[in-house]
Amino acid sequence: MFILEKRPTPSKFWAWGTPFLAVVLTMIAGSIMFAVLGKNPFEAIRTIFWDPLFNEQFAAYSRPQLLVKAGPLILIAIGLSLGFRAGIWNIGAEGQYIMGAIFGAGVGLAFYPLDAFYIFPLMVIAGAAGGLLWAMIPAILKTRFSTNEILVSLLLVYVAENILASMSLGLLRNPEGGGFPGSRNLSQYDAAANHELFAGTGMHWGVVAAFIAVIASYILLQRHMLGFQIKLAGQAPRAARFAGVSPNKLVVLCMAISGALAGLAGVFEVSGPAGQISIDFNVGYGFTAIIVAFLGRLNPIGILLAGLLMALTYIGGELAQFMLGLPSAAIQAFQGMLLFFLLAVDLLSNYRIRLMLFAKEAR
Amino acid sequence: MDFYGINPSVLIASLMAASVPIMLAAIGELVVEKSGVLNLGVEGMMIMGAICGFITAVETGSPFLGFLGGALGASVLSLIFVLLTQVFLANQVATGLALTLFGLGLSSLVGQGYVGIKPPATGAIPFGPLADIPFFGRVLFRHDWMVYASIAIIAGVWAVLKFTRAGLILRAVGESHDAAHALGYKVIRIRVMAIVFGGAMAGLGGAYVSLVRVPQWTDGITAGAGWIALAIVVFASWRPWRVLVGAYLFGGITVLQLNLQASNEFPIKIPVEYLAMSPYLITILVLVIMSSGRGRASLNAPASLGQNFHASH
Repeated sequence: MFILEKRPTPSKFWAWGTPFLAVVLTMIAGSIMFAVLGKNPFEAIRTIFWDPLFNEQFAAYSRPQLLVKAGPLILIAIGLSLGFRAGIWNIGAEGQYIMGAIFGAGVGLAFYPLDAFYIFPLMVIAGAAGGLLWAMIPAILKTRFSTNEILVSLLLVYVAENILASMSLGLLRNPEGGGFPGSRNLSQYDAAANHELFAGTGMHWGVVAAFIAVIASYILLQRHMLGFQIKLAGQAPRAARFAGVSPNKLVVLCMAISGALAGLAGVFEVSGPAGQISIDFNVGYGFTAIIVAFLGRLNPIGILLAGLLMALTYIGGELAQFMLGLPSAAIQAFQGMLLFFLLAVDLLSNYRIRLMLFAKEAR
Repeated sequence: MDFYGINPSVLIASLMAASVPIMLAAIGELVVEKSGVLNLGVEGMMIMGAICGFITAVETGSPFLGFLGGALGASVLSLIFVLLTQVFLANQVATGLALTLFGLGLSSLVGQGYVGIKPPATGAIPFGPLADIPFFGRVLFRHDWMVYASIAIIAGVWAVLKFTRAGLILRAVGESHDAAHALGYKVIRIRVMAIVFGGAMAGLGGAYVSLVRVPQWTDGITAGAGWIALAIVVFASWRPWRVLVGAYLFGGITVLQLNLQASNEFPIKIPVEYLAMSPYLITILVLVIMSSGRGRASLNAPASLGQNFHASH
C-alpha cells in the first residue's frame, strides 16, 4: 500500500512544480464540469485560456483587461501573503478593499469640482488609511483580547458591505444622479481619475503600485530582518518568541500592511475601472486574492504570475459567458477548484509517497 | 400589549424560527471541533445544503425530502474537506476557506434554473387546542417540525458527548490525538465521521434558510450565517446547551432588527443598513467578551484543534 513519509525539508522541485500540476488538474476537472453543463470542454478551455490573449477578434480588448484585473488581485494578495506566512489569517481583505474605496472616493468627492494636482495623491493616501484602519480592528482585538482574527476580519466584510450600501444611497450619492444609487463618476472627474497611463495597455496607477508591492515584498522577505521574523514566526512560533520576536507586533504590522494594500486596491479600482461607488461595486477581488496568494505559494514572484493567471480566468470566463453561454458562476467554482487542487498536491512537497509492497520487511 | 408595533409573543416565536439555521450549523461544527478539526467551510456547506434542499423539495414536492437532500448535499461537499485534510494532510484553515469559496460558486451554478420559484411550504405542526393558549400557544406550539428537531438534536449531541463511550472517545481524539491513537482508537475514522456529521447539520441549516426562512433561492442566500455559526461555537465555549443560548441571542437580534426596519411607530429612525449590520457587529462584540479576561473561551477549546494527525509509526 501507499505510505506517506515526511520529508526532512520541503522538496524544492515540488515547491515550484505543484502550482503547475494544480493548474493542469483544475483544467481537467473543469473540462469535466463544462462537459456536464453541456458545453464542449475543449472549446471552453480554449475560450478561457487562449482566446483572450491570442484570438485576433478579442485580444485587442482583452489584453489590456489582463493588467486591469491582475492589478488589484496582486496588490491584495501580496499583503495577505505576509500575514499568511506568519500564521496571521486576514481573510477580510474584501472589507478593507471596500473601506479603502469609500475613504478614497470620499476625499475625491469632497473636493468636487475643484481641479488640483494634489487631489488624486490625497485620495490614494486616504484609501490606504481606510483599509489600514479597517484591518486594525481585528488586529487590535487579537492583540488586546486574543479574539480570533479569522472570524472578526470576515464578519467585518458584511459590515463594510452595509456601509457601502449606506454610502451609495446616502452620503456619497450623486446629487445630480436623478435619485439613482451610486456616487458621481470619478473617472469623469479629471483631478480624481485614475486614467490609463499608456493607451491600450490597461496600465494604471494600481498596476504600478502592484509591481512596486511585489518588489518591496521580495526585498522585505529576502533581505530584511522583518521578513525573516515573519517567516520564522510562521514556521516555528516558539523559536521566534525565544529569538525576541514580539507576536503582537507582527500581528499589527502584517494586518496593517495587508489592510493598507487592500485599501489601495480599492481606491485605484473606484477611481479607475469601476469609476464610482455603487452598491455592488466590489466583485470579490478580496476573496479571489486568497486563492492568488496560495497559488503563488506566498512568494512575491509567484503571486505576480498567479495574479495574471487568475485575471485571465476572469476575462476568459466573461468571454466564455458571452460566446458559449457558460454561466458566470461556473468560473467562480472553477477558481475554487483550483484552490482545492493546490492544497491537495501540496502534499507532494512535504511528504514522500512510498509504495509499500512488502510492508513487513520495510519496517 | 405591543411595543412600538412589535408584539412580544410574535417576536419570541419568530426568533425561535430565525435561530434554527445557525443553531444547526453551530451544533454540527461543535462536534467537528470537539474531534479536533477546525472546518471553516460552514458557510459553503450551508449554501450547498440550501440549494440541494431547495432543488430536492421543488422536484419531489416534499419538504421533508428537501431537508434530507440538503443534508446529503452538504455532507458530500464536506467529503472534499475530509479528503484534503485527513488524507492529503492539507492546512485546515485554507481548506475551509476553499470549501466556502467553492460552495458559493457551485451553489449559484447549480441553482440557476431555480430563481424565483416557490418551494413547497413546510407547515406548522397542528397542536390543536394547545396552539390557542394565550401567549404560550403562539410562542411554543405553532412551529414547523424543524424547530423542535433542532432542539432535540442539541439535546442528543449533549447526551452523547456527556454520557456515552462514543462521546468520550470523540473528546479524547480532540484533546490529544496522539494519546487516542496510542490507545488504539482510529483517529482519522472518528474525525471523518465528525466532519460528515457537521456537514449534514450545516446542510440542514442551509435547507431551512431556503425552504422556510426566505423561502426562495437567490445567490448568496445564507449571507454569512455560517460564519456566525462558527462564532457561536466560540461563544458557547464548546458546550452544546450554550449553542442554543447563543443561537437564540443572535436569532433575537436578527428578528428585532428586521422588526425595527418594518416598524413605523419606533420613535428613532435608524437607517436600514445600520440595522442590517448589527448582527455581525454584536457577534464581534460577543467574541471579544468571550475571548478576553477571566472567562476566556479559548481555555475550553479542544487541545488538538486545527492540528492534522499523521501516524508516523
